[in-house]
Amino acid sequence: MLSAKNLNKSFGSLVVAQDVALELPKGARHALIGPNGAGKTTLINLLTGLLAADSGQIFLGDAEITSLKPHERVRRGLARTFQINALFPRLTALESVTLAILERERHAHNWWRGLAAHRQAIDEASTILASLNVPLERETRELPYGQQRLLEIALALATRPRVLLLDEPAAGVPKDESAALFRAIESLSGELAILFIEHDMDVVFRFASRIIVMVGGRILVEGTPDEVGRDPRVREVYLGRHARAA
Amino acid sequence: MENANHLANAKFSPLEYAFWACTLLPFLVTPNYLSLASQIAITALFALSLDLILGYAGIVSLGHAAFFGAGAYTAGLIAKHYWTEPISALFIAGATAGLVGYALSHIVVRFRHLALIMLTLGFGLLLAEAANSASALTGGADGLQGFRVPGVLGFTFDMFGRAAYAYALGVLFVSFLVARRVIHSPFGLALRGIRENPLRMPAIGAPSLAHLRKAYTIAAVMAGIAGAVLTHTTSTVSLETLSFGRSADVLVILILGGAGRLYGGIVGAIIYMVARDQFSGANPQYWYFWIGLLLVAVVMFLPNGILGGLSALRKKPQ
Repeated sequence: MLSAKNLNKSFGSLVVAQDVALELPKGARHALIGPNGAGKTTLINLLTGLLAADSGQIFLGDAEITSLKPHERVRRGLARTFQINALFPRLTALESVTLAILERERHAHNWWRGLAAHRQAIDEASTILASLNVPLERETRELPYGQQRLLEIALALATRPRVLLLDEPAAGVPKDESAALFRAIESLSGELAILFIEHDMDVVFRFASRIIVMVGGRILVEGTPDEVGRDPRVREVYLGRHARAA
Repeated sequence: MENANHLANAKFSPLEYAFWACTLLPFLVTPNYLSLASQIAITALFALSLDLILGYAGIVSLGHAAFFGAGAYTAGLIAKHYWTEPISALFIAGATAGLVGYALSHIVVRFRHLALIMLTLGFGLLLAEAANSASALTGGADGLQGFRVPGVLGFTFDMFGRAAYAYALGVLFVSFLVARRVIHSPFGLALRGIRENPLRMPAIGAPSLAHLRKAYTIAAVMAGIAGAVLTHTTSTVSLETLSFGRSADVLVILILGGAGRLYGGIVGAIIYMVARDQFSGANPQYWYFWIGLLLVAVVMFLPNGILGGLSALRKKPQ
């Protein structure tokens, strides 16, 4: 569904992505792991167009999207969430998600018809938020942190994506709540291809069907949780260091 | 005054009906101040147009007079050289200002913060000096004179100012309804999204820059119409319509009243213009002192403007 070939990116002499290749098939539940500074978020920024790659190609389905702007990629079905909440503080959750739906349906340029006339968009937004247990009418800035994380996902879902890139969806959420959050992610449509960055190895090994390990801007290993768990290089570079830090 | 729930039907509240009824009071209560009332209505419309971009889309502008002046001069040139029927001239003046706004928007919406302030300031100065040097067309520093708009829809613009105030108020009201419509539309929600988090908008598939260009153009049209009404009711156009002072005043007015709540510009215009009238009568040399004091007090104690303060008071008892 989403694939990338030979992605390269450097900032001056700092190489943040080197020959990165990626393949996310339909229904994927892939985890992207690696030590801090490995280039995980950078990779998501390259895929979504927030950063322009120095070279390489990105495909969504059969179409090349390498040169599309971020909002054009979203319109074709590539959605993401952010590691740090990037929401609309003074919009309600319902307004935020309704806005995303109106943008998807190309109604957001309409400055003449009242919002209340777009009942379908509002209803769909209510359904998405209800399925994630996010209250509708409170301003985003008043929502508890965990619900803001869910709103991040709701916003991404509202764009009706084919591919969803989740940058540490459970960042800052207490451990007992993060399992619930990942169960919500797991229960999303089987059609959807999902890639998530996550540091908690329990969560990664529980929810990922495949794991991609990045180190220093390169992909070190990709494989099933079993393969990755047994790989000596991963134990050395990532898990070993992780274990020592813990 | 403005309901926070924009997804519900946008019906007029009783308070809004009362407010607009009060705008008719000058005819009865202060008939000697009708020309001040017209000035207030024109300034309120100008502030309303700034609110669309500043209060809703988050575009700061220190050069908004460019569009006011563009509309004012267009209306003046039409009246001087072609015809004196004002309503048709309003549309043309709005369209001209809108074209200027649309052209500038391609540059302006790419910037934010300090760069944006400097850019809009620069464009404002450019246009003012261009009008100053093109004196064959604009009359330069003397202003555009030698025409008279006799009236509107059969009512004469006389020395009592009744028709002038009715005209200015009517245009303000219709423009307000349009602005209100825009705010309660999907586009209005998108503008608030941009104000709240411009970086997140592309990630929900929004073409932010296209939205901003459109908002900037709509605001320019509205500012141009305000300028045209000033021309029609005073039968003269001065360089002051394009001046930095006018851009700064309207910003002060909107901040005083409260940005992002539609009525802020109107309330701000009433307070500012009445205060200026009173202070400058009592103390012609130093009246800006009091405006300064008022501004400092409002920004320190009512960061969301006078209307923001009032609505906070209303919410508290609940």
